[in-house]
Amino acid sequence: MILHPGILSLLLVAVLVSGMVLYGAGIGTVVLARWDLSSSSERQLALERRTYLLSTLMSHALALEILSALVFLYTLEDIHTVFVGAMCATGTLNANPVGWWALAVKIAALFACAVWITLNRIDQRAEDYPLTRLKYGLLLVLAPLILLETWLLFRYFLGLDPNVITSCCGSLFSGTGVGVGAEIAGLPALPLMIAFFGGIAVYLALGVFGLRREQAWPRLLLGATAVALFVVSLASVIAFISAYHYELPTHHCPFCLLQAEYHYIGYPMYLTLFAATFYGLMVGIAEPLRRVPSIEAPIATDQPRWIRRSLLWLLVFVVLATWPMVFSDFTLEGYY
Amino acid sequence: MTRAQFGKHLKILEFALASMLRRRMKNAGIVVVFSAVVFLLSSIVFLTSALRAEAMATLEGAPELIVQRTVAGRHALIPVDYAEVIAALPGVGSVQPRYWGYYYDIYSDANYTLIGVPDEGPGSAGQLPLHLVEGDMITPGRTEVCVIGAGVARARSARIGSIVSLRNSRGWMQEYEVVGILAGASRLLTNDLILLPERDLKTLLGLPDDRATDLLVEVYNPNEVANISRKLLERLPQARPISHAEITRTYDTLFDWRGGLLLAMSLGAVAAFMILAWDKATGLSAEERREIGILKAIGWETSDILELKLWEGAALAITAFLTGITAGYAHVFHSGAALLRPVLQGWSTLFPSFDLAPRVEPYELGVLFLLTVAPYIAATIVPAWKAAITDPDRVMRAS
Repeated sequence: MILHPGILSLLLVAVLVSGMVLYGAGIGTVVLARWDLSSSSERQLALERRTYLLSTLMSHALALEILSALVFLYTLEDIHTVFVGAMCATGTLNANPVGWWALAVKIAALFACAVWITLNRIDQRAEDYPLTRLKYGLLLVLAPLILLETWLLFRYFLGLDPNVITSCCGSLFSGTGVGVGAEIAGLPALPLMIAFFGGIAVYLALGVFGLRREQAWPRLLLGATAVALFVVSLASVIAFISAYHYELPTHHCPFCLLQAEYHYIGYPMYLTLFAATFYGLMVGIAEPLRRVPSIEAPIATDQPRWIRRSLLWLLVFVVLATWPMVFSDFTLEGYY
Repeated sequence: MTRAQFGKHLKILEFALASMLRRRMKNAGIVVVFSAVVFLLSSIVFLTSALRAEAMATLEGAPELIVQRTVAGRHALIPVDYAEVIAALPGVGSVQPRYWGYYYDIYSDANYTLIGVPDEGPGSAGQLPLHLVEGDMITPGRTEVCVIGAGVARARSARIGSIVSLRNSRGWMQEYEVVGILAGASRLLTNDLILLPERDLKTLLGLPDDRATDLLVEVYNPNEVANISRKLLERLPQARPISHAEITRTYDTLFDWRGGLLLAMSLGAVAAFMILAWDKATGLSAEERREIGILKAIGWETSDILELKLWEGAALAITAFLTGITAGYAHVFHSGAALLRPVLQGWSTLFPSFDLAPRVEPYELGVLFLLTVAPYIAATIVPAWKAAITDPDRVMRAS
């Protein structure tokens, strides 16, 4: 293990967040077992009071998760210097491949926490707390996810050995390598460009349509498209967007974007992509819940708001990502 | 969020600040302790990264490969003819012997680093990023002259034209005229440095004619350093090749480790602080309890009280965090980290004071935030909620 300040802080926060979510899940179990809104017993009153604690715990846990995700990315960048052959976060992750899982679970946990909190907000706006059971059931899924993340983080950081020779991003994200990263990097840029820009066009169209008409299917479709577009966008970052930013047709690393040489452009890019995906996903998730009468109105006011935010963040992401495609002299034309 | 909702949050914040001011003493205690914890941790983080940056600046001009010789596992003088064997390897540029050593000076009770300047000129004097503050470099052919670092100049009260006398290997005093005073990109590097003409240095330290301290090897392609090291070891089994990357990595690991160890130990203080924060937040005075009761009775909701308590915590945490960070910054970059330097710097007893280049990265602030504010938040959520669910009826009846 490397005793790096960033690693210490990440492990500390992982433990704190796990503790908070576990405590929350404990409350959730009790609520699931005993919740009875029609009762006016003292126990029910105590349970209702506990829901305040739970929302506070979860919103703080989410805030810490977001901050720790940023610190995690930066720490990966920062410690790559202690690994032989590592040139960016890719090398740091390869030094102990558990890191890839930690990263993936972290992204999943981030989305899950954000969705949970939004559902909670909707629920609290209704008189009869209609989502209580759904919410607390979800919490029992979320808690293991956070625990898994903590466990993976510990396994990753404790298993890091500065003497291991790792491969740099040049070999993982190069067109001729093996593995998922290399296969995406090796994807022909043109079809993926079509998928990326086509996907964005479809998404924008769905968004505008969803704003105009109060129909269920474009909104459901929007949620599904948001997730698909997230995956396509990440693949596009690896396959061609990064190459444009580096102005190097052979450099496909999604992490070097986070370095100072590229003005830390990766941070706003990934954050806006995350926000756009989240709001889009929320539109889809909330749609089936409109059948519950008491939260129909809050969702109906929120959905257009989410759609607008999603479209806005997506546009910012697209501008950030494609800026060098439009304004730099570099072109991938010969590499289609 | 509508404007009305936003206004409500602002009003609650205003109320929170006012109520904290009313209970100045209780909150001041927490702020002082919290600031002290942040001060300690931020001093460690700032100092570690400043020292690391300093070390990296020192290493910038270092050659790709340094070859030493080890005998019985210890560093030994290297035969100069190794240079021919190494220079014959493909991919190797020039190979230069380097002469240097340490000198303990009883007058100033300090260790100096002596480096020989070859006749070809000072450009290859260990390839250090040096530049003169005043005077001249040692010109080829001159003897019994020296160029000294600012720290040595201070310790010996020497100026251009003064004489610095050093005891040679036979015990006789040898005199050198100061012709220049040095400064470097990193003062860590030049403070204790004395440059002597190579021949003078060999006589002073009593080095045999055919031996050097180590060899500097120029490698054309940095990616080939590992290969060249391997070939070199096959031909010269006693050699110990040290690559530039290895040195950098070692320093990185070393500083991370030192800083991390100190931080890990200080986490005890964070834990103690968490308990204090928990305790303070739990122990509501009768007056506070009554206040909450009245607020609820006049229509505040549980969520409003909870928000009030969280605003109080946030205001307190931000005040303490900023105070602690500022104090830590001043401690490290203005007073030279007087409290921590001996622990973290760790390689010399005398170095005259040097100033670290002030630098703070947003990343460091994020790390410090996670290390200090996150535990505080975790410790105060439950007490804040407990305060918020206070039953107005029960409080008022009790009073």
